[in-house]
Amino acid sequence: MKRMSTVRVLAATTVAAASLIAMAAASTAGASSGGLAKGAPVNIGISLSLSGDFSADGQAFQRGYELWAKEQNAHGGLLGHKIKLIIKSDASSPTQVVTNYQDLISQDHVQLVFGPFSSLLTVPAGQTAERYGYAMVEGAGGAPSVFQAHLKNVFDVSLPVANDLMPFAKWISSLPKGQRPTTAYYVTSNDPFTEPQLPVAQKIMSKAGIKSLGFTVFPAEVTDYTSIADKVAAAKAQVVVLGSVDVPTVSAFMQAFEQAHYNPKAFIATAGPDQGAAFLTAVGAKNANGIMVPNAWYGGSANPLSKAMVAAYIKQYGGTPADINSDVAEAYSVGEVMTQAVEATHGFNNAKILAYLHSGKVLSSVQGPVKFNQLGENIDPTAFTFQWQGTKFVQVNPVGDPNSVKVIYPKPAWKS
Amino acid sequence: MSGSALTYAIVDGVLTGSVYALMATGLTLIFGVMDIINIAQGIFVVLGAYLSYAIQLHWGIDPFVGLFITIPTLFVVGIVVERGFMARLKGPEKTAMSILVTYAVSLLIEGSLNMIFSVNDVQISAWYVNQSFKLFGVYFAYIYVFGFILAVVLLTALWVLLYRTRFGASVRASLADQTAAALIGINVKRVATICFGIGTAVTAAGGMVFGATNAFNASSSYDLISRLLTIIVLGGMGSLGGALVASIGMVMLEDVVGVVWSPIWSTMTFFIVLVIVLSLRPQGLFGKQLARTA
Repeated sequence: MKRMSTVRVLAATTVAAASLIAMAAASTAGASSGGLAKGAPVNIGISLSLSGDFSADGQAFQRGYELWAKEQNAHGGLLGHKIKLIIKSDASSPTQVVTNYQDLISQDHVQLVFGPFSSLLTVPAGQTAERYGYAMVEGAGGAPSVFQAHLKNVFDVSLPVANDLMPFAKWISSLPKGQRPTTAYYVTSNDPFTEPQLPVAQKIMSKAGIKSLGFTVFPAEVTDYTSIADKVAAAKAQVVVLGSVDVPTVSAFMQAFEQAHYNPKAFIATAGPDQGAAFLTAVGAKNANGIMVPNAWYGGSANPLSKAMVAAYIKQYGGTPADINSDVAEAYSVGEVMTQAVEATHGFNNAKILAYLHSGKVLSSVQGPVKFNQLGENIDPTAFTFQWQGTKFVQVNPVGDPNSVKVIYPKPAWKS
Repeated sequence: MSGSALTYAIVDGVLTGSVYALMATGLTLIFGVMDIINIAQGIFVVLGAYLSYAIQLHWGIDPFVGLFITIPTLFVVGIVVERGFMARLKGPEKTAMSILVTYAVSLLIEGSLNMIFSVNDVQISAWYVNQSFKLFGVYFAYIYVFGFILAVVLLTALWVLLYRTRFGASVRASLADQTAAALIGINVKRVATICFGIGTAVTAAGGMVFGATNAFNASSSYDLISRLLTIIVLGGMGSLGGALVASIGMVMLEDVVGVVWSPIWSTMTFFIVLVIVLSLRPQGLFGKQLARTA
C-alpha cells in the first residue's frame, strides 16, 4: 500500500479537525440560540453532588432547583416552554463535574446550565461552561477563589463568603467591656469556602482587644476531629469561630467540647447549623441552643418571595420554616435570577443572557436583591447572623435590624 | 502547645485507634484468608452504625446492648455477600476483580441507605456519648473508654477464636497456604465464607462507636475505607496484630502531629512514615508471611 505523504496527512487532519470544530460550533450555537420550537421543553443542565462528601447539601440543592422548576412550570414555564431539569451526579468530585457539564452541553444540548454545589466544584464547572459560551448562574460558589478565577460567565446569587462573619465579629466587638470576651480561638477546615472567612473576623475582633489564642487549619478530609477539638478546648478561649462545611464537623467539635467540660461564651460555625432539621437531628435540640451561623437567608425571612417559597416547600415536603436548609433558598434563587434574565432577553441565547447579567440590573430573589459586579459577585446582599434558640432558628444580628431578635449570650451550658 | 493538649492527643490516639482496629481487623482477616480487598468494608461500618441508630430510635435499645442484634445481622450480611458475589471470583485476577465487585456492593448498599435514611447526617445518642469523667487531671469520654473496652473484648475473643479453637486452626492453615490446607481436609471455602462473615460482623461494633462519635451518612464510608486500607497496608496485609498496631500508631501519630505541629501535616506525616516503612519492609510492619507463620 502506498504511504500517504506527511503533507497529505497533515492536510487531511486539518480538514477533519476544522470540520469537527465547525460541527461543534454549529451544535453549540443551536443549543444556545434560544430558537426553541413551540411546545418544546427548555432543558436545563445541572451537576449536583448527590453522593460523596457534599451529598447532604447536593440533595438539598436538588430540592431547591426542583421546587423552583415546579413553581415556574405552574406559572407557564420559561417563555411558555416547560422546564425540564437534567441533573447528573458528580459524587462531589471536581473531575466528574467537568465531565458532567461537557456531557450536558455537548450531548444533551441543554439550553441553559445551573451551577453545582460548593466553591470547590464551581470553578471547574464554570471553566467548562465558559468554553462553550454558557452563562452559569450558581448559588454555592461564593468563595474568593471563584471570583479570582476571573470567569466572565459565572454569577453567584448568594452572599460572597469572605464577609459572612463580619456582622458577628462587629457585634461581639461592640459589646460593653464587661461583657465583651477577651479571648478567641479560630479553627477551620482548609476549604475555599471556610478558610477566607476567619481572618476577616479575626482582624475585627483583634482590633477590639479580643486576643487570638490560636488559629488552626485542618484538612478537609479529616475523619476524627477529637484531638483538634481537644486542642481548642484546652486553650479555653471565650469565643470559638469554626470554619466548617457540614454538620459532622460542627457536631464533632460540640461533642468534644462537652466531653472536655468546656463551654465557650459564643460559638459560631460557618456552615452546618444552617441545615435546619438535619442539624438538630444530629446534635440534639437542647445542645444546639445558642449556636450561631452566618448566612443571607433563613426560613423566617420577611421577604415576600421567600415566604411564598417557604409555603411551597412546606406544602411539598412538610415540616416548619426552621427545618428548611438554606441550600434550598440558594438553589431557588438561581432559578429566579435566570428566569428574569431569560424574560428580559426574550430567549435562551447565552450571549445575550451573559450581557444582561453583566449589565448591573438589580434582580430579585428569595434571598433578597441580586446585583452582579464584573466578577460575578452579588454586591447587594446583607450578611446576617442566625442562632438556634431552642428549636427556633432566628436572626440575631445586625443588631437593630427589625427582623433581629435578642442574642442568647453567653451561650447556655451543654445539655445532652 | 500545652502539656494537657499533648496528653489528650496521646489518650485520644490510643482510645480512637482501638476502634479503628476493630474495623481494620475484619478487612485484613478477609484479605488474609481470601485474597480479597474488600472495598465494601467502609460501607459495612456505616451499615453497622445505621443499624445501631435504627434499633435505638425505634425500639429504644441501648447501642451497646444492640450489638447482640447488629453483630449477628452483619455476620449474615457478610455470608450473603460472600456467597452471592465473592465465591464466584476465581483465577489469578481474583484480587483485582474483588476490588470492583466489592465497590459495586458498596454502591448498592450506599444507595439503599440513602433511600431508607436520606442523606441527612444522623448521630447515635446515649447518656455516655457526650459525657466524660476526670482521672489524673485528664477528661476521659465515656464513649471512647467504652469503645476501647469493647475493642479489647472483641479482639481478645477473635484471638481466642483464631488461636485456641479448631476452627481457628483451620483459618490459620488457610492463611498460611490454601492449597495445603485443602489437601489436609480443611474446607477452605467454608472457612472463607465464615471469615468473611466474621470480618463483616466486627464492623457492627466499630460502626456503632463510629456512629456515636461522628454525625454520619452513607457517604461517610469513603473517608473510612481509605483510612482502613492504609492501616492494613502499614500493618501488613493479612496480619491481625499489624492491624491493631497500625491503627493505634496511625491515629496517635496524627493526633500528636496535629497538636505539636499542625493538623494539616498529620495525614502527610503518616504517609511519610508509611512510605519509609514500605521501602524498608514492602510487606508492612507485620507482613503477610510473618502473620501466617505466627
